[in-house]
Amino acid sequence: MKRTALWLGAALTTIVVAMALVAQAWTPHAPNRMNMRARFVAPGDPVHWLGTDHFGRDITSMILAGAWQSLHVAVLAVALGLGVGVALGLAAAARRGAIDAVLMRANDVVFAFPAVLSALVLAAVLGAGAHTAVIAIGVFNIPVFARVARAGALQIWARDYVVAARAAGRGWLGITVIHVLPNIAGLLVVQATIQLALAILAEAGLSFLGVGIQPPAPSWGRMLSDAQTYLDRAPHLALVPGAAIALAVFGLNLLGDGLRDWLDPKLRRTR
Amino acid sequence: MALFLARRLATMLATLMAASVVLFLVLDILPGDPALVMLGTEAQADTLAALRRQMGLDQPALTRYLAWIGGVAVGDFGLSYTWRLPVAGLILDRMAVTVPLAALAIVISTAIAIPAGVLAAASHGRAADWVIIAASQIGVAVPNFWIGILLVLGFSIGLGWLPSGGFPGWEAGVGPAIAALILPSLALALPQAAILARVTRSSVLEVVGEDYIRTARAKGLSRSQALWRHGLRNALIPIVTIIGLQFPVLIAGAILIENVFALPGLGRLIFQALGQRDLIVLKDVALLLAGLVILVNSLVDITYTLIDPRLRGRVA
Repeated sequence: MKRTALWLGAALTTIVVAMALVAQAWTPHAPNRMNMRARFVAPGDPVHWLGTDHFGRDITSMILAGAWQSLHVAVLAVALGLGVGVALGLAAAARRGAIDAVLMRANDVVFAFPAVLSALVLAAVLGAGAHTAVIAIGVFNIPVFARVARAGALQIWARDYVVAARAAGRGWLGITVIHVLPNIAGLLVVQATIQLALAILAEAGLSFLGVGIQPPAPSWGRMLSDAQTYLDRAPHLALVPGAAIALAVFGLNLLGDGLRDWLDPKLRRTR
Repeated sequence: MALFLARRLATMLATLMAASVVLFLVLDILPGDPALVMLGTEAQADTLAALRRQMGLDQPALTRYLAWIGGVAVGDFGLSYTWRLPVAGLILDRMAVTVPLAALAIVISTAIAIPAGVLAAASHGRAADWVIIAASQIGVAVPNFWIGILLVLGFSIGLGWLPSGGFPGWEAGVGPAIAALILPSLALALPQAAILARVTRSSVLEVVGEDYIRTARAKGLSRSQALWRHGLRNALIPIVTIIGLQFPVLIAGAILIENVFALPGLGRLIFQALGQRDLIVLKDVALLLAGLVILVNSLVDITYTLIDPRLRGRVA
């Protein structure tokens, strides 16, 4: 069986994670060091491999450091959505009734606020920054995970072994932890991978607007918004960060698709 | 059916109310003194007092909320603090950009995605299918604002065919106005088209094995003729659903794209409102955009229960 998507996705994701980790210890130059005598250096330079920007900052170093920032926000946001969403979804599936109804309605309300919109609203109150990005993206992730967890859990609750466990007198919390959660873990991992990809896209958008990661921390989104000013004289400033975002998102999407096929061949989409 | 519609409408109104309460809590209650947030700590005492009066901050929170929602219900969105204009007028002006932008994007993405999806399904497993799958995988990974920048690089700076940003206004004529919207709506449409093409492909593939397709083939239609004439219509429900589900993405995208192209639309307005700390405009536009998402999702719900009456009982 071919697992091209899984392997390619895993490889690309590993590269991006490695970039982020390497940047913690080493970058070719200090990502924020300005050098007014080396502005707009074109890519392919022996000193500045991917060139420099309008302040003479090294693009390679900024991309590496930006990978860390981007993943950092995305992972925190997805963790927030996963933690809260899964807890709510599991409770709704286990208890049904009023909790379930309220949760489903609340989901509709949250879905009406895409991360970019809620980030603009939150930035007015909390100020712009990584924390605002994490909250805005994370909150939008809650209903996604709540739905996936609820739908998965409902199926498990109908299984014979759960019926048996209930008959044996095990409470809903015990069944959820022992039987339901382990059986939907794969589903959640797949969803988390896809949501990470979306979170990286959303974070790039927020930083592009200036409400996400703040300077001096380098970010792919802000590099793109800076690049717009110099588009006619230094197009590489726009090409490199955009490609980095696309690569990270592409890798995670492939990884998510590949994992889904691998963990549950029944769910595989017709291809 | 009437009962279903009434229920769906009630749910929609309840969701809208809940969204407005959330916005009110975040922008009116959470900051403590919104007037202080808007003017900053350096503000003159009398300016601050005047703004507090205008915003009704001396009133209890419930009164303020009801006054806001009561106004919105009759089209009175209050007065913008920075623009010194009724917010309703500002919103109407900006809608003249955002609505055509979004509509154009939906048209373009559907026009690309449905033929691509049907083509991929018709040539299932062959080269055309793989090319379309690969293109759509890349399409969903690429941020729309980056596509916008690349389009400017190619078509404005490189070829000089289309404007790189700004909007001449509809009074400058339909031609120049549409020209200003082509690149932004393309940037908005391409990632959407990628998702839509995938859904079209897989939902057409679902119906490929149905009897009526075999009958159509037996009548002498080619594989793709049969899919176009009989398969697509039956595959339409998931496609319509995805167009609806993607609407929040479109709204979020419009906020970004309007800022890439400096288009004076709602997305630009809400971004400027944040910059100027005009909480009144921010709250109104946020409610409008969230309301649009809720409205579209309800319409999609209603539409597909119209297409397929079997779904009616399922929706609580």
